[in-house]
Amino acid sequence: MTGAQILVDSLKKEGVDVIFGYPGGSVIPIFDALSHTKEINVILTRHEQGAAHAADGYARATGKVGVCIVTSGPGATNTITGIATAKMDSIPIIIISGQVQTKAIGFDAFQEVNMAGLAMPICKHNFLVKKIDELPLIIKEAFHIARSGRPGPVSIDLPVDITIASLRNYNYPKTTSLPGYKPTIKANPHQIKKLVEAINHAQRPLIYGGGGIIGSGASQEVLNLIEKTKIPIVITLMGLGSVPSDHRLFLGMPGMHGKPSANYAMNDCDLLIALGARFDDRVTCNLKTFAKRAKIAHVDIDPAEIGKNVKTDISVIGDLKNVITTMMPLLKPGKWNEWNRKTDALKKKYTLKYNQKQNEEILPQYVIDRISHLVDTDTIIATDVGQHQMWTALFFNHRKPRSLLTSGGLGTMGFGLPAAMGASIAYPERTVISISGDGSIQMNIQELATCAINKIPVKIAVLNNSYLGMVRQWQELFWKGNYAKTCLKQGPDCPKNCSGPRKNCPYVYRPNLVKVAEANGVKGLRTEKPSEVDSVLEEGLKTRGPVLMEFMVKPLENVYPMVPPGKSIDELILGKD
Amino acid sequence: MQKHTIIITIPNQITILTRIIGLLCSKGCNVKNIIGAPTENPDIYKLHLEIHGSKPRVELIIKQLNNLADTLKVVDISHNTNYISRELLLVKVNDINKSSEIFQLINTFKAKLVDITRTDITIDLTGSSSKIDRFIDLLKPYGIKEFVRSGKLALKGNQ
Repeated sequence: MTGAQILVDSLKKEGVDVIFGYPGGSVIPIFDALSHTKEINVILTRHEQGAAHAADGYARATGKVGVCIVTSGPGATNTITGIATAKMDSIPIIIISGQVQTKAIGFDAFQEVNMAGLAMPICKHNFLVKKIDELPLIIKEAFHIARSGRPGPVSIDLPVDITIASLRNYNYPKTTSLPGYKPTIKANPHQIKKLVEAINHAQRPLIYGGGGIIGSGASQEVLNLIEKTKIPIVITLMGLGSVPSDHRLFLGMPGMHGKPSANYAMNDCDLLIALGARFDDRVTCNLKTFAKRAKIAHVDIDPAEIGKNVKTDISVIGDLKNVITTMMPLLKPGKWNEWNRKTDALKKKYTLKYNQKQNEEILPQYVIDRISHLVDTDTIIATDVGQHQMWTALFFNHRKPRSLLTSGGLGTMGFGLPAAMGASIAYPERTVISISGDGSIQMNIQELATCAINKIPVKIAVLNNSYLGMVRQWQELFWKGNYAKTCLKQGPDCPKNCSGPRKNCPYVYRPNLVKVAEANGVKGLRTEKPSEVDSVLEEGLKTRGPVLMEFMVKPLENVYPMVPPGKSIDELILGKD
Repeated sequence: MQKHTIIITIPNQITILTRIIGLLCSKGCNVKNIIGAPTENPDIYKLHLEIHGSKPRVELIIKQLNNLADTLKVVDISHNTNYISRELLLVKVNDINKSSEIFQLINTFKAKLVDITRTDITIDLTGSSSKIDRFIDLLKPYGIKEFVRSGKLALKGNQ
């Protein structure tokens, strides 16, 4: 068998049924081999970054390993943002990049780039295949590393001569040979006992859940845990959906744009139990004042996360699902107590509001709210990065795990559409909506054609405020309203330090997104009127193929609540309403 | 800022060294010296590193080094008295006129005279890092032309 055939067979053995990719000189043999197999659906994206994000979206939605194959040189470098995105959010993807011939490596051959060196700092692990005999074991190990322990991206750099070389005795290995890699799954019973005691004795415990709940597949266990103990829970952006947003113990997303109930509870609790969360700066805000009244307990599969940002009093290293299952029988059932009444009162006092009735322009929050009401519980939402992402986190009713695909760690604009594509390929029967801003959507807009041609029925909702809204919001609040280069309509005649839309602003928004959609074979809809939001959404959702719905929203709307940078988590700006 | 001596056990592959150095760089770690050499098992290498950093930062780095899929073992021996450590120094001294005083130092420190020419004396010394520091300090008046030191190597004691 040739190296390319071995690769394809190995991928099949690992259960891969779809690959996102882009061919090029050094991966022709691989794409050739792929074209002779029925079991693997190969989706040709229009850019390698799209392929990497699509594999990532597929992995986030399914929990399986997403696979992306690209060519050497620029093909490989174009995946870098995608790999880094997956690394920051612990998503299992495998990036297979072609490489120039083994003998040409290091001689600056055409389309040669040191992918092993480039990928190293942004991967969980990476391989450069040097001999064909190594190939089967490398693939086996790549999948094992990507999906086990704390998941993450793995890069395989594969020289073209190896893909055409032959190996006589090919057998896909059953085991790996990684003596230095042994993720801790089962936690130390002593650590668990300490945590159980702390929970049983806490007066004001609070669970701070993160993406690890979803990564570990522990949503049901967390739900059982909070329902038994009546401990309120806050969930980060990466963990949203692991407990339904309308659950009575759910206090909201914490952090910079967190709900006041979540943020106040964090600084008021006496035991903060972090479950698969990493005390990210967007959650903790000012570390000096963060959860100062609480003992910190941290359950994580990655020992390097313990004590990284916040000093931990109780640490449990292990797989979350395993840890909770072990803890459950030892935990005392809780009653609705003083602490619950307090957090519940906070939740009721600080509900998120917007006032569409008093606005002639569409409010972005209203669009998210309507989407949330109109879709069924199976819907998958992908987002890009910016204001729309935060509004989606705050105003959408997240009901199920693996249903919100968003770049939380790296904050990658342009992630949404390709990620939604990946999810839609995995679940063609489910509604997949990519909620985007007008800035973000343009960063991977070429994938509209991929959706149209492959009949991928992604529904794209663009909240167009003609600004790079989140940056503009920071400029408004912290940079004296100087909207330097955040207005997408700004032309050569505009004042350099523009501070908002002028009455006679001569510029129109470019590109015309509806026309772009239609040029790509995607249905385009647009509205500027609040009264038409529902009808546009309904039309979009009932359309069979891909649709782009553009909502011209109020340009200067801000995301609130907000903790200004450097401030404490409870120093929230609540907004005007 | 503290000095930490770390021993990393790895399989004999150059890519692993790149990965380790890359990780140290990405964490803003200040590597003072690094030695890598095979052990009694030719497939296993031990890297001895001396790094500077605050305790929490070094702790994080050690955990992340441990997380790498191909490191076999990472230990910080800085505060472990159960390790025997040695360093090698090669030094060239200029002031040939005071050779008798230099020889006296060589004898006192149980160093070795490696080479002597009309212009300089070359000495080698093996010992603890502090012994080497002191030797260099005492040689300074005689004009040190050049010196190289290996960095610390360590082996666990029998206790």
